Amino acid sequence: MPDDTRVAVLGAGMHPWGKWGRNFVEYGLVAARDALADAGVLWEDIGFVSGADTIRNGYPGFIAGATFAQALGWTGARVSSCYAACASGAAAIANARAQILAGLCDVALVVGADTTPKGFFAPVGGERKDDPDWLRFHLLGATNPAYFALYARRRMDRFGATDEDFAQVKVKNARHGFSNPNARYRREVTVEEVLASPMVADPLRLLEICATSDGGAALVLSSLEFARRHGAADPLVTVSAVSTVTPRFPNTVIEMPNFSTDSAAGVTGEFDTAGFRPSIARAAYDEAGIGPEDLDLAEVYDLSAALELDWYEDIGLCGEGEAEKLLRDGATTLGGRVPVNPSGGLSCFGEAIPAQAIAQVCECTWQLRGQAPGRQVEGARVAVTANQGLFGHGSSVLLTR
Amino acid sequence: MAKERVPALEGWFTMDEQAPALLGSRCTLCGTYSFPGETHFCANPRCVGTEFESVELSRRGRVWSYTDARYQPPPPYVPAEPYVPFAIAAVELAAEKMVVMGQVVPGVSVEELSVGVEVELVLDTLYEDDDHEYLVWKWRPVVAHKATGGR
Ligand SMILES: [Zn+2]
Repeated sequence: MPDDTRVAVLGAGMHPWGKWGRNFVEYGLVAARDALADAGVLWEDIGFVSGADTIRNGYPGFIAGATFAQALGWTGARVSSCYAACASGAAAIANARAQILAGLCDVALVVGADTTPKGFFAPVGGERKDDPDWLRFHLLGATNPAYFALYARRRMDRFGATDEDFAQVKVKNARHGFSNPNARYRREVTVEEVLASPMVADPLRLLEICATSDGGAALVLSSLEFARRHGAADPLVTVSAVSTVTPRFPNTVIEMPNFSTDSAAGVTGEFDTAGFRPSIARAAYDEAGIGPEDLDLAEVYDLSAALELDWYEDIGLCGEGEAEKLLRDGATTLGGRVPVNPSGGLSCFGEAIPAQAIAQVCECTWQLRGQAPGRQVEGARVAVTANQGLFGHGSSVLLTR
Repeated sequence: MAKERVPALEGWFTMDEQAPALLGSRCTLCGTYSFPGETHFCANPRCVGTEFESVELSRRGRVWSYTDARYQPPPPYVPAEPYVPFAIAAVELAAEKMVVMGQVVPGVSVEELSVGVEVELVLDTLYEDDDHEYLVWKWRPVVAHKATGGR
């Protein structure tokens, strides 16, 4: 491994999240052009295009890298496309970073975009009795919010989390995202309003569950050498670590879309019962030699308001069972010790799957540059993103300036 | 004429209506269980086992967590008309050291569940057509009252 595993974030760009109903290529293109302009890099200078795939938009979605490259105009750039469910964006970042660190290219473009249907995420059509994602809908009627609700209810029964705590996460994120021009929902809400919204999967209510959105996000990444030569803007934000870890056996926490956890019956000796999520950011911290105590902010995957509290513990902001106290003390609100989801999070964006992990990195980049008006974490130097994709895809990116 | 009662999915559970059980597998080398059953590889990374015996999993376990489905799930779920919300539980099996999902029997709401409550496996109708009742496993609380204390 090279001594210095950092790569520069030269540019970040987004197409605003919403329910625009247009082709996903358009969102990716807008985001890519914004990121290139932000970087001051020409499209022709990009050596490697890394696309984050979506399964929803037919073949072009599955081959996102080439699709975006064609939309920008063929230049002969090297290309890759990858799918890692909700973690696709981080996987695409990891691919670009590896190319740069290996010296195979100087500057790379990472793009992800999605167009989503209305309502619950449903599995791909047809009768597919060997696909757990199809079977969990068919045999259990277990939607994504059902799995989020299992974690939420467990927090309540084990740690005394309350309905008000979950609502308070939503209130916080709504306030954070209020002035974010790329957020889809920009409206403050009250605890009462959240608690009055319909129950979807007990104890989670409609306003506590993230929607599905259209959106696009892009990054221009380069070697530090290229950034110096290029005269990149000051302060230079770098990706200091990328974690794309898989779970470790035995994973005894139930994960979407599975029917069961691993069995620990064949394991001799001690094993970690905390499950997969805590290992995700830890791998990024270990890689960078930076710990959670160094963080100024975090962007985490709040698929539900309650899940954000799990992430506080999983990224090391506090110990197990302490997340509610951290929230109640205001530590994770703008102005607090370590604001979480200053962008407004998925709560204000809704999820545009292949773009979301990239969008988290865009937000961290703007925060570390001091370019997040209305939601700026003052003096931020270190930021982390965290996310988990279906079927065992961890995703965490550590950024510093 | 009574409809024929058939499993909604072959091979995942026994059709013993008095004492049904989930059908999993157990690695003959290291003892790791799988549900649904495994035929090719052992989930344990330290094990190279390739032989698996079909086993009936424990019929009782304790609730790891629970929720419900207030809105009708999308296809391929086949809802009753009109739609009736149901509870879902993730249940920890002590011998297998694993957690298994299942619907909770009709009529039991989340109010009657809590982490740690003991449940047992039963068969119940998932959906029907003109000729068949399609059965699936569901969890039913062993005692009707709420358990005291979580774990
Ligand atoms: Zn084995």
